[in-house]
Amino acid sequence: MIEIVSERRCIACDICVKVCPANVFDPVPRAAPVIARQDDCQTCFLCEIYCPTDALYVAPGAEGPTPVSEAEIEAAGLFGSYARALGWRRGKPGGTDKDPTFRLRVARR
Amino acid sequence: MPTTRQLIHRQRGARSLDLAADVLVIGGGPAASWAAVTAAETGARIVLVDKGYLGTSGATAPANTGTWFVPPGVARSAAIERRQKLTGGLADPRWVDRTLETAWERLHAMAGWGYKFPNDDEGRPYLANLRGPDYMAFMRCRVLRAGVAILDHHPALELLSDDGVIAGAAGIDRQRDRSWRVRAGAVVLATGGCAFGERMLGATGLTGDGYLMAAEAGAVLSGMEFSAQYALAPRPSALNKGLPFAWASFFREDGTRLDTAGKDRHVVVAGAMLEGPVWAQYDKAWPELQPWLRQGQPNCFLPLDRTGIDPFTERFPVTLRCEGTVRGVGGIKLSGDDCSTGIPGLYAAGDAASRERLTGAVTGGGGPNSSWAIASGNWAGRAAAKFAAEAGGSLGDRQVRGLGQAGLRPSAATNQDLTPGDVLQTVRDEFLPLPRNFFRRAATLEQSLGRLDAAWAELSRHLPGEGVGAVKSREAAALTATSRWAYASALARRESRGMHRRVDLPAADPDFVCAFEASGLDHITITRADLASRAVAR
Repeated sequence: MIEIVSERRCIACDICVKVCPANVFDPVPRAAPVIARQDDCQTCFLCEIYCPTDALYVAPGAEGPTPVSEAEIEAAGLFGSYARALGWRRGKPGGTDKDPTFRLRVARR
Repeated sequence: MPTTRQLIHRQRGARSLDLAADVLVIGGGPAASWAAVTAAETGARIVLVDKGYLGTSGATAPANTGTWFVPPGVARSAAIERRQKLTGGLADPRWVDRTLETAWERLHAMAGWGYKFPNDDEGRPYLANLRGPDYMAFMRCRVLRAGVAILDHHPALELLSDDGVIAGAAGIDRQRDRSWRVRAGAVVLATGGCAFGERMLGATGLTGDGYLMAAEAGAVLSGMEFSAQYALAPRPSALNKGLPFAWASFFREDGTRLDTAGKDRHVVVAGAMLEGPVWAQYDKAWPELQPWLRQGQPNCFLPLDRTGIDPFTERFPVTLRCEGTVRGVGGIKLSGDDCSTGIPGLYAAGDAASRERLTGAVTGGGGPNSSWAIASGNWAGRAAAKFAAEAGGSLGDRQVRGLGQAGLRPSAATNQDLTPGDVLQTVRDEFLPLPRNFFRRAATLEQSLGRLDAAWAELSRHLPGEGVGAVKSREAAALTATSRWAYASALARRESRGMHRRVDLPAADPDFVCAFEASGLDHITITRADLASRAVAR
């Protein structure tokens, strides 16, 4: 579930408010959005990749909240890790031309 | 004449939003986007409303999906024949062929539009895979370029009827807490399948809303017993994406290995999970394959990387997530090649529609459903635009009536102590557990159906649904109705076939090469349908 909106990284663009399919965020005037409906989060990680400043962190546990601190996520280099793995940058798509999944579809099982 | 987008802008401060369109598309996944693009190609005015955001909504956006992509000719005939044997004899080869044909055409169109497909090792574009977030971001751009007005976070709560002809929908703008109404010449339901409240990717939007709205209009559901598809996921994540598990071994708590050789690993794991926790390790992935898995399926590794597990060398706990009719089969019965539903003005596409004709009794998860979303979206979009054009007339003058009942207009005094969350918990308790849904038997099906019928009786009479709160109330109603159609159909199919596993009737019965249709809300009727008579009905 969504756990962190980093106030240090956030530029208050409210893109996450717009793109979250579960509507978990509420905007705050001139400030970082708040996680208003965490239990609605479907743990899809898509808010992370749409965030232009890698300010969001989704913990992998989907059944309830996971206590995590911003400092530990920062130290572990996990802000933006999914976007980097896909090849998305600053909230914009990219990287499908390098997707090797076609090899998996024919690989020996 | 102002464009629809200009009209939306003008009404931005109003207490409600009122629009007219030729075609209203409801949904935010691939089928909805294809329906909108195709309908707009005819020159029609299109509005697309979605509960979430076109680009992230649905089961496809968080995934990396194959497509069923087969060239015309001998290869296609062979693929159809091979697949037909798997479908329990319930698929219709003519529908499979036309699905493959339309998907083939439209995937080539996507390449022409500039979607960045990878090149295979021979340097040729590989069109048989679509990475979810990128695919849906791309489709959002195409929908906007086609001139479609998109309303994100505008869940539809009910269809509108003009004397039996579907004439639009109404709902709520959940971020501004104001109602909206779109009167339209035709409606395409592309609201996805139903995940029954499971914690899986896409589930937030996949609550069966379209099934409920269609049934209230008199439409019929088909194949709802094929709603027992489950996917492996690292526990406790929502990642129901199974590709890396093709190279996994599975273990019991005590470390003994499960024998999956030559068997359906889901059935083996489900059986073991009845006894205790199951663990997995991607130990069959050889070194060269590992970086391909990581780079090609990065989301599958997030739960593991973020908890410090190397799945190639370490074991991790797994669970089975119920994918209901998402990777299951059932949905709104289509009455014609054009994705019409038998209700004038109402069309269905993608997982909102029954995929029995494509996949029969087995999952269409991955490639087949992905190609189906493209094909059925195209057919429904075109047909809806044609219906609207032929109906003609001034949409603004139509007298329309909202069809929504349970969760919106309770039939008795509301009970403020009854919450959508309570109803959701009942659906989860009755529909998600393996001993109830994965392994089915008459006694447990009847017991669960009794509880779900009682929940329905209570919510349809007393559950309040006002303002933004109506969204959750309608979801609760849709989840309950869908689980009842599914279990009532499962009781009628007195055999095992494909994903419908009756422990008390483990064999397939040749007498059941047929479809079961579910209709009704307060009282559910299950009707047996002959496949031969369906095949000739065009």
